[in-house]
Amino acid sequence: MTNNEQPTPSHMLDLKEWSKDNALNIFRTADEMSQILGRTIKKVPALQGFTVANLFFENSTRTKLSFERAAKALSADVMNFSASSSSLSKGESLKDTLRTLDAMQADLYIVRHGVSGAPYQLQKWTNAAIVNAGDGRRAHPTQALLDAFTFRTSFPNFDGFGGKKLVIVGDLMHSRVVRSNVELWTKLGAQVTLCGPNSLVPPALAAFEGVERNLNLAEAVEGAHAVMAVRIQHERMQKGLFPSLAEYRMRYQLNEKIMERAHPDALVMHPGPMNRDIEISGSLADSERSVIEKQVANGIPIRMAVLYTLLVGRKKS
Amino acid sequence: MALTFKVQVMSEKDINRALTRIAHEILERNKGPEDLALVGVYTRGAPIAEHLAKKIEEIEGTKPLLGKLDITLYRDDLSEVSVQPIVKRTEIPFDVQGKNIVLCDDVIYTGRTVRAALDAVIDLGRPACIQLATLVDRGHRELPIRTDFVGKNLPTSRHEVVKVKIHSVDGEECVELWEMHNDK
Repeated sequence: MTNNEQPTPSHMLDLKEWSKDNALNIFRTADEMSQILGRTIKKVPALQGFTVANLFFENSTRTKLSFERAAKALSADVMNFSASSSSLSKGESLKDTLRTLDAMQADLYIVRHGVSGAPYQLQKWTNAAIVNAGDGRRAHPTQALLDAFTFRTSFPNFDGFGGKKLVIVGDLMHSRVVRSNVELWTKLGAQVTLCGPNSLVPPALAAFEGVERNLNLAEAVEGAHAVMAVRIQHERMQKGLFPSLAEYRMRYQLNEKIMERAHPDALVMHPGPMNRDIEISGSLADSERSVIEKQVANGIPIRMAVLYTLLVGRKKS
Repeated sequence: MALTFKVQVMSEKDINRALTRIAHEILERNKGPEDLALVGVYTRGAPIAEHLAKKIEEIEGTKPLLGKLDITLYRDDLSEVSVQPIVKRTEIPFDVQGKNIVLCDDVIYTGRTVRAALDAVIDLGRPACIQLATLVDRGHRELPIRTDFVGKNLPTSRHEVVKVKIHSVDGEECVELWEMHNDK
């Protein structure tokens, strides 16, 4: 059986290029990948002979490890490159770095870069497939896929994304995770409500169909099926975009009391890394509603599905 | 590439008789249904394994263990395929350790599917043995693999296509021989 209905894009730069059916295919493949991860031998030979290169120009622990684990579970070889310990620090250009890795015959690059759009630029310089693992404030497609996949596999009696409500609260302006999630969940048919301090919730984000902006957390959470807190990014926040952390906590911290207004089965999510007791109360993060650890665990089957989908069916370079 | 129909080689009744004989042969070789597990390889091996399990139950009164295997992730041609194969659900609801596994498939040809299936089963544990039952053996092996239980030996040329049709998948049940033509 083949996948004829929907041509699959050759890269995963942004979920814009991925249709709803493409995304659902990734979920179905990830279901089977999860099964493999539950076996004694958590490895299949599907990507034997393929080489995947982690190209990280920005720090990351979980994303990089998760991709590495996913590639290895499919028997691909993995090369790791991190900007801090490379010749980039000796003045080598991005293009030359990529050419060097191309000469080592990488079939796919997993790219994280601080500049929005960097993976698009890299794609012009290579024949290999590119997966965006986060570029600037723009996109982080595999994170959104694993978030939606976690909701799909964890919400009791899940019957589709249609009519479901996702609330995202926190520093949405600096978050590429939010952009990708808004893109994906609306495409899947869910409603998305964005919440946070006025200065951190760009009205432009709410311009998508199916997205609303409500700065009152209690109102925003009303009837939600999933509530996602995102990190307050100190390191990106030069200027005082809100008065104080204490005030932020008071008005926008996700906690048990606020969650009472959500759907009784509502799930609590966080894409990590988490500032415990700032954007989310520690006890809520550890509660039964929380699927935060499942999100991390699901990163592996989702990334396996993405690597499999992009590499298989592409003539080996 | 066009296909033209040549001949029907097995009717529904022929298939049924062949599976009845194979069920007896499996029982004879394994001395009964104990520790016996039939594992069908997707797509048409799965319903064939179900048929065989039902027949074994009719003969012995005990149903053997039954599983389904998807070998997509074990194929040796994934770097060369042009369209992406869909990964299906492997369902082996028992521990393969110490079992007598009978892999079931519709046709054995090059032997590469069986090679992949052997790897897939062995990754799940260490069975006592693995045997192979196929409805049709059409020859042209590319690997040192043979079938233990066969419905029909069907000498073919490489320009021919063997189509096995099974009720639950194709809505009818028979084995047909077709001829492949280049359109040019």
